[in-house]
Amino acid sequence: MTVTTTPPKAITPFRRFVEDFAEKRLAVAGLFVFVALVLAAIFAPWITPQNPYDLTQIDFMDGRLAPGSSGATMTFWLGTDDQGRDLLSGIFYGLRTSLSVGAISTVIALVIGGSLGLIGAYFGGKIDTIIMRIADLQLSFPAILIALILVSALGQGIDKIIIALVAVQWAYYARTIRSTALVERRKEYIEAATCLAISHRRIVFKHLMPNCTPPLIVVGTVQVAHAISLEATLSFLGIGVPITEPSLGLLIKNGFDYMLSGDYWVSFYPGLALLITIVSINLVGDQLRDVLNPRLQK
Amino acid sequence: MLAFTIRRLSQSVIVLFVMSVIVFAGVFAIGNPVDILINPEADIAEQEETIRRLGLDKPMWAQYGVFMSNALQGDLGNSFVHNIPALEIIATRLPATLELAFLAVGFAIILGVPLGMYAGLKDDTFIGKAIMTGSILGFSLPTFWVGLIFIMLFSVSLGWLPASGRGETVDIFGVPVSFLTWDGFSHLFLPALNLALFKISLVIRLARSGTKEVLLQDYIKFARAKGLSNTRIVGVHVLKNILIPVITVLGLELGNVIAFAVVTETVFAWPGIGKLLIDSISNLDRPVVVAYLLMTVTMFILINFVVDILYSILDPRVRLEGSK
Amino acid sequence: MSSSSPTLQVENLQTQFFTKAGVVTAVDDVSFTVNRGEVLGLVGESGSGKTVTGFSILGLVDHPGKVTGGKILFNGEDLTTYSENQYRAIRGSRISMVFQDPMMTLNPVLRVDTQMVEAIRAHEKISKADALVRARDALGQVGIPSPDERLKSYPHQFSGGMRQRVAFAIALLNKPDLIIADEPTTALDVTIQAQILFETQKLCRETGTSLVWITHDLTVVAGLADNICVMYAGKVVETGKIDDVLDDPKHPYTEGLIGSVPSRNKRGQPLTQIPGMTPSLLNLPKGCPFQKRCQYAAPQCEVSPKITKCEDGRLVRCHRVEEAMAHA
Repeated sequence: MTVTTTPPKAITPFRRFVEDFAEKRLAVAGLFVFVALVLAAIFAPWITPQNPYDLTQIDFMDGRLAPGSSGATMTFWLGTDDQGRDLLSGIFYGLRTSLSVGAISTVIALVIGGSLGLIGAYFGGKIDTIIMRIADLQLSFPAILIALILVSALGQGIDKIIIALVAVQWAYYARTIRSTALVERRKEYIEAATCLAISHRRIVFKHLMPNCTPPLIVVGTVQVAHAISLEATLSFLGIGVPITEPSLGLLIKNGFDYMLSGDYWVSFYPGLALLITIVSINLVGDQLRDVLNPRLQK
Repeated sequence: MLAFTIRRLSQSVIVLFVMSVIVFAGVFAIGNPVDILINPEADIAEQEETIRRLGLDKPMWAQYGVFMSNALQGDLGNSFVHNIPALEIIATRLPATLELAFLAVGFAIILGVPLGMYAGLKDDTFIGKAIMTGSILGFSLPTFWVGLIFIMLFSVSLGWLPASGRGETVDIFGVPVSFLTWDGFSHLFLPALNLALFKISLVIRLARSGTKEVLLQDYIKFARAKGLSNTRIVGVHVLKNILIPVITVLGLELGNVIAFAVVTETVFAWPGIGKLLIDSISNLDRPVVVAYLLMTVTMFILINFVVDILYSILDPRVRLEGSK
Repeated sequence: MSSSSPTLQVENLQTQFFTKAGVVTAVDDVSFTVNRGEVLGLVGESGSGKTVTGFSILGLVDHPGKVTGGKILFNGEDLTTYSENQYRAIRGSRISMVFQDPMMTLNPVLRVDTQMVEAIRAHEKISKADALVRARDALGQVGIPSPDERLKSYPHQFSGGMRQRVAFAIALLNKPDLIIADEPTTALDVTIQAQILFETQKLCRETGTSLVWITHDLTVVAGLADNICVMYAGKVVETGKIDDVLDDPKHPYTEGLIGSVPSRNKRGQPLTQIPGMTPSLLNLPKGCPFQKRCQYAAPQCEVSPKITKCEDGRLVRCHRVEEAMAHA
């Protein structure tokens, strides 16, 4: 790590970006909430009062206690589920699964979709046509149907869910990066690089890609929220993550049966956590789009 | 035109082929198909008969051939749970889903168009902004989550509307429908609204941007110069212009609504094909799953095909590009 | 309403737009009179405020614009005091308007009969059948063949010239006292333009309808108008009888405009041009807005000239005329 020599007053692109982003209070609040959620998910094992999946810590007699009830060893601020697990702890662990499934699938889809889109835009011709035909075709089916087909074909498990989420998402990235790359490709610096006989791989990844990232970041942020939402939906339907690694969606499903009898909290609080997660990501994504969109820049 | 139609048709057939291979692979290649496809409670003779009928003793490509030729004859196997042909179960469940989907699309128009037009007319007001914020939420919240909140609020807390089932039905031409009885309609209302939510948000956006665009047109100013009332200008001149794109898009989205019914039907225990699919997946009733997926995929390919052809009729540029 | 008062008398009209970049005065101290059955040509370059003047008369200036001063006397009544409902009642019935682009003025998704019948029924309690008869007659009047069939058509089934005829037919439906035509022939072929000009003039003479014809084209006004009103940068620079003004322009801008019209008499000679560009209304020069382009510009032009009345009754806004009149 070298010490930066830039004077503090200089307006670097990054500084400008931070300032533009901070213009909207709601977006900053969204970012803070999101960071807090990520931290909570990462440090869940250390900060939760209970490990809800360690059977020795759970007393079955504590089943479905209302929020604020005291158990033998602790107070259940958000109540307990039917197994007597502390819901607050359960939510933190659920967040872990939800966020990591969303993040992993988005990163994989971004790499696959981004590379395919770049390759298509750079080489054009048949390769481009084939890649884009497949992407168009896939986008003509609703995400949930694709996910249902894959999950019923592949079976259940976290890895299968991630595959399904990647399959649903890659086409968006391919399309986004292709449209930007097609514009960039015609610019002079790429032509110059081609004239210098720089290898295709180098041109694509060193020259083309950095210029196509901003729109990709925007789409990626929104897609993380979509991925989390879709995973929650599949888990709620009972065809998502396995019960050994419950996500927020699965927690909601578990509480759903008790909702009609009035024990709302078993479903409600995990649902609230899901809502906050999705809304905070969307707030950040919206502002990123406004800041990074060159057409809107003054 | 004919060449274009044939091109698109052959593309559709290819897609259908690929999809059937995926579904086939999912069901037949993973795990032992004998375990998956044959009712474990059947006796030995019956099991052997089924193995022969399904050609499970043959190589993979031959099995696919048998599977497809059976499928083309409408035979996708019998449901293990109900022990009747899978397609027949789907056919008996389909009306419930269609009723739900059509009402949802109806809600999307009835609620989405006026809200969107209002937001377009009063863009800067508090209510106008509130409508747009609501539509953003409608886009980003998971359907099942909103359904849950509906149940908590309207069924559990307020006790206004039932949370599950289909209620009393009336037969029309032998097809049971819910919307004609009060009890049935009260059961139908929440799930249809839940399913409609995403589409309402979509229609609000379309109607708002359409309204804002139309308001700037000369013909609106001319209509005002004719001395027409605001009611007439908004209710006829603006509305008629924005309805065309709204209805086109909703027509395209109908298939989407049917696919998303899976979620809503599960939340509200609505006895349509979506709930059937989820039940069948958890009961390992594979023939029904296969039948559902193949049917839905075919439906989508058909819708896409028809839309492509319609577009090429409406817009000759599409056709030229396609035949290049 | 008294029959002795002129159809339209605009006095010191001012219309401003309150934009984020500042207040723009699009129409400033504009006055003119249109008598019964007369045609007034309102001439100016784009951006001179002539269209806004037309919309101001009809009360159709959109937000953030507003009529901020002056009077619009229509048959002796001041329209600036009218409520929106009163205004709506005279729009399309007593004052009609025809727009520039015939491709845009008719609603593409409504049939022509719908658009005509609604214009009648907005002002009169009349059965649909009766309204249809009147709509048909109006189409016949403006020279549209087989009007019965054409009533059932959609706008896109008409050519541009035919659409503008339909627009005129709609404007005539309620036998208005005044029609404001905003460059109605600019978008049309020259031959169609001539036909429409001729027919409009005939119809106005027959019905006694007054006409304000907004245009940038002096040749159009020359053959049509009784009076002319030349606008520059939101202000009227010269107004008077058409022959007086065209034969002997007194304002340098009018002179420049006339000089820049190609004509057979001037074949082979270079066309005179007005140097420079129309100034932006956001930052007009101090004093006379035309001084930067004026060949006679003098130090006194730094002060805004006042309207001067000449002996032939025309009004001119220029220091040179002011001085000439003072010396006379």
